[in-house]
Amino acid sequence: MKLLKCVVRPNALEKVKEALSGLGVMGMTVSEVKGFGRQKGHKELYRGAEYTIDFTPKIEIEVVVGDDLAEQCVDAVREAAQTGNIGDGKIFMVPIDEVVRIRTGETGDAAI
Amino acid sequence: MCGLLAVWGRRLGLFLGLCFLVVPGVAGADELNAGDTAWMLTATALVLFMTLPGLALFYAGLVRAKNVLSVLMQCFVSACAMTIVWIGWGYSMAFDTTGMSEGTMNLNSFVGGLGKLFLSGVGADSMTGTIPETVFITFQMTFAIITPALIAGAFAERMKFSAMLLFSVMWSTIVYAPVCHMAWSGPGGFFWDLGVLDFAGGTVVHINAGVAALVAAIMIGKRRGFGQVPLPPHSLTITVIGASMLWVGWFGFNAGSALAANGSAGMAMLVTQVATATAALTWMAVEWIKHGKPSVLGIVTGAVAGLVAITPASGSVGPMGALAIGFVSGLCCFWGATTLKQKLGYDDSLDAFSVHGIGGIVGAILTGVFASESLGGLGLSKESIGAQLGAQSISVIFTIVYSGVLSFLILKIVDVLVGLRVNEDEESQGLDLALHSEQGYNMEL
Repeated sequence: MKLLKCVVRPNALEKVKEALSGLGVMGMTVSEVKGFGRQKGHKELYRGAEYTIDFTPKIEIEVVVGDDLAEQCVDAVREAAQTGNIGDGKIFMVPIDEVVRIRTGETGDAAI
Repeated sequence: MCGLLAVWGRRLGLFLGLCFLVVPGVAGADELNAGDTAWMLTATALVLFMTLPGLALFYAGLVRAKNVLSVLMQCFVSACAMTIVWIGWGYSMAFDTTGMSEGTMNLNSFVGGLGKLFLSGVGADSMTGTIPETVFITFQMTFAIITPALIAGAFAERMKFSAMLLFSVMWSTIVYAPVCHMAWSGPGGFFWDLGVLDFAGGTVVHINAGVAALVAAIMIGKRRGFGQVPLPPHSLTITVIGASMLWVGWFGFNAGSALAANGSAGMAMLVTQVATATAALTWMAVEWIKHGKPSVLGIVTGAVAGLVAITPASGSVGPMGALAIGFVSGLCCFWGATTLKQKLGYDDSLDAFSVHGIGGIVGAILTGVFASESLGGLGLSKESIGAQLGAQSISVIFTIVYSGVLSFLILKIVDVLVGLRVNEDEESQGLDLALHSEQGYNMEL
């Protein structure tokens, strides 16, 4: 099983969600994060005091999928979240040791 | 014989009775004017509204979220504590006229006596001019409430609550009440006898608070991270709401200072509106030119600068004078909040000095110019603009020195008694949690 951590632009969330659902991915966890890579931040000005804000808001989507589905999910997320501009984001693929469904105690693929 | 006595007895009785009706055992034998009273009751509410929640929200939005409650708390407690100070001794020290007479300079030119301590002698039927004295007391109280709250803008995000409270009580007693007395208690008052024109509090409120703010900002020191880390306002939305309330409430502040529902009040309202709008547009224009974009914080700060500057002038200038005052104050306060502050390096967190100090000085001086009938004003109180400027300048310089020196001393005393500033950990954690164990916003998570 693989954990896919997808950091994408906030307005890409809907398309990514639909793309993953289309592949049969049944659930996901979404957080609001801030970050930067190559994308520059922005400037704010308050009564003559200028601040450079490095961090840009992004959305992080986490899904756990079976090994067989992982590559397809990566491609789907890329297609849904891509604009071609700097700041599109990244996908981190992390191996998962175990998954447990809290309600029933099921483990492994049955718990995804 | 008995019949004649009876007739004359009745006439004497009637005559004596009329004497007692007419003799002023109360402050002025003026009749209660319902229109004046109704307006002043309303104006009082408007000025309280300027503090609660006008100023409170204006300042609250400008600080970081972790300190939002501390600012609201300071404004709210000012309203509460200054009420007690005022009815205890503040009103007496400001408006008691024992020992005062026109042209005589004595101690009572600078501070009132204790004849009205705990409002002694004031009853439901006591009068001040054409309005009940109770209304006058409460109206003036709202001025005494907002002035210390203004100072809070300079030491926001790092001052101890206990220190702020102690400072406010001492300051309103030692600084506010005397300056109020000098300007407004009547003939024999220091500024009054000089012919100073200060309709609603350019010296009493704005220069007073602005200079105290500067002294406090320098004494308490800069916020941690000032100049290195961004310290942006956490909610300009709230700030705009507060600024809007200040604008509306200020009609009570200026037009209410006419103490009557008359042409003077009407003109005060008009010039207030003109100066405010002009100053706001001026600030906006300067920013647009200098930085390429107009900003919301800029336009509302400009508006407040205009409101401050027109305060002393609102009883004596006309609309064109207000236009000029708005324009100049917009420019000067912008300079104060940006260039001057950066050059001198002090951390006046919410620009209390730049807006109230500089705005008050500009307004007080320009009052001396635009009160002249030749410039559309309602009339100087001195023989020429030059003489008027002289009087205005004396009041400005006196207030600056008086407030500056005494604020410094009071802060020193408060520092010794309770300490002025929170420690590093408390400042990092945020005053809301550190001083009040509360959070302004309890978002889920």
